[in-house]
Amino acid sequence: MEAKGTLKVKTGFAEMFKGGVIMDVTTPEQAEIAEEAGAVAVMALERVPADIRAQGGVARMADPKKIKEIMAAVSIPVMAKVRIGHFAEAMILEALGVDFIDESEVLTPADEEHHIDKWAFKVPFVNGARDLGEALRRIAEGAAMIRTKGEAGTGNVVEAVRHARWMWKQIRWLQSLREDELPAAAKELQAPLELVKWVHDHGKLPVVNFAAGGIATPADAALMMHLGMEGVFVGSGIFKSGDPKKRARAIVRAVTHYDDPEVLAEVSEDLGEPMVGINIDLIPEEERLAKRGW
Amino acid sequence: MIGILAVQGDFREHELAYRRVGVPTRRVRRAEDLEGVRGLVIPGGESTTIGKLAREYGVEAEARRRYEAGTLALWGTCAGAIWLAREVEGYPDQPRLGVMEIAVRRNAYGRQVESFETDLEVEGFDRPFHAIFIRAPVITRVGPGLRVLARYQGDPVFVVGERLMATTFHPELTEDPRVHLYFARLAGAEEAARVG
Repeated sequence: MEAKGTLKVKTGFAEMFKGGVIMDVTTPEQAEIAEEAGAVAVMALERVPADIRAQGGVARMADPKKIKEIMAAVSIPVMAKVRIGHFAEAMILEALGVDFIDESEVLTPADEEHHIDKWAFKVPFVNGARDLGEALRRIAEGAAMIRTKGEAGTGNVVEAVRHARWMWKQIRWLQSLREDELPAAAKELQAPLELVKWVHDHGKLPVVNFAAGGIATPADAALMMHLGMEGVFVGSGIFKSGDPKKRARAIVRAVTHYDDPEVLAEVSEDLGEPMVGINIDLIPEEERLAKRGW
Repeated sequence: MIGILAVQGDFREHELAYRRVGVPTRRVRRAEDLEGVRGLVIPGGESTTIGKLAREYGVEAEARRRYEAGTLALWGTCAGAIWLAREVEGYPDQPRLGVMEIAVRRNAYGRQVESFETDLEVEGFDRPFHAIFIRAPVITRVGPGLRVLARYQGDPVFVVGERLMATTFHPELTEDPRVHLYFARLAGAEEAARVG
């Protein structure tokens, strides 16, 4: 008997993205540029995070028409974002045949208490996390993949670095504990004991973990790979830069050859203007996207 | 020594699978990494990405030279099977090695929600193999000199030949080592014999 939409099929699909770059795109033309550059998937959006940040207003799931156009334009997998807790948007994306759903803090949250029950879907989900407890709560809800939140739309990698380092510190701390100390650790992390025990035993998250939020250069991508991330999402960093084709291609190479400085030097050369970027300290607390999610 | 093409995809899972049965492996990212390697595994991942990256830094050309010289065996899983295929329906220009006389159709079962797992009967295996299919291709033509070891709904999913092997499912995502050992023997990686 065949079985569809199982945990193994969902998390196994995320495994196939490893060592790859997933790029935000807003048009079929951008999707084609991403595919040509070697992206492993594209994220179909109405506006990239930098524009959402600049323009304000409520940010929602993209128009299904736009998502279908992007799905028709490329052969690589297509992801799309829904608002936190907005399971009706997720039902729509599943019906469209989107390959992966990002329940994303970049969009305006629809529910300030609950995330989507992701076990109820056949399509896999990716969620953002700032720390281990948050990652394990999302996995308990059925997420098949985790990414750092970073601070989307800033072109500033500092928050993604903070989240990646913090998550690994917490994992190493868990590994150092005695078995009988895990229930107290689970309480502190606000995460299910069963998952806390899994991380204690294996020294990693039970699902694939990518970097996201502020990655703008090949060096940023390589840095995140060195920090133990298994691939990267690039949002505004590519199509808000001077030469998207060249930059997209360079970031893909930087992820594959992250520990080969010669290749990194070669691909980093003459990429044109990067996106301008924002210093995180200048963003008021209430406008920081990483704070969204519970 | 088994090489694992490590430009993108789940190469680490293949590495772990071989580590569990004591077969040494090496990650292959550049042409020179193929030296001393008798079998090359091409993992699951995104076939367009793997194809582009393997062409750069000479891995594709060196793999072709070594295969033609008779000193390298090749096994592609899912995206890797596409990389080996002579013909990719609808994408004739997709970068790939293309030395195996098979035709494939990409994403033939549909999008991700149609991905599935199932038990397969495999020729020569004494019990079924649990197989995971993820946005899998279908092998639509199998050329002379190749043998089909397993089918799903009539379509070949496990094909072998001399120094060639293709599976459209992912043995690296389960803990059953039989398909990995099969390839180690096919490649003549002697280390495998003692555990087989």
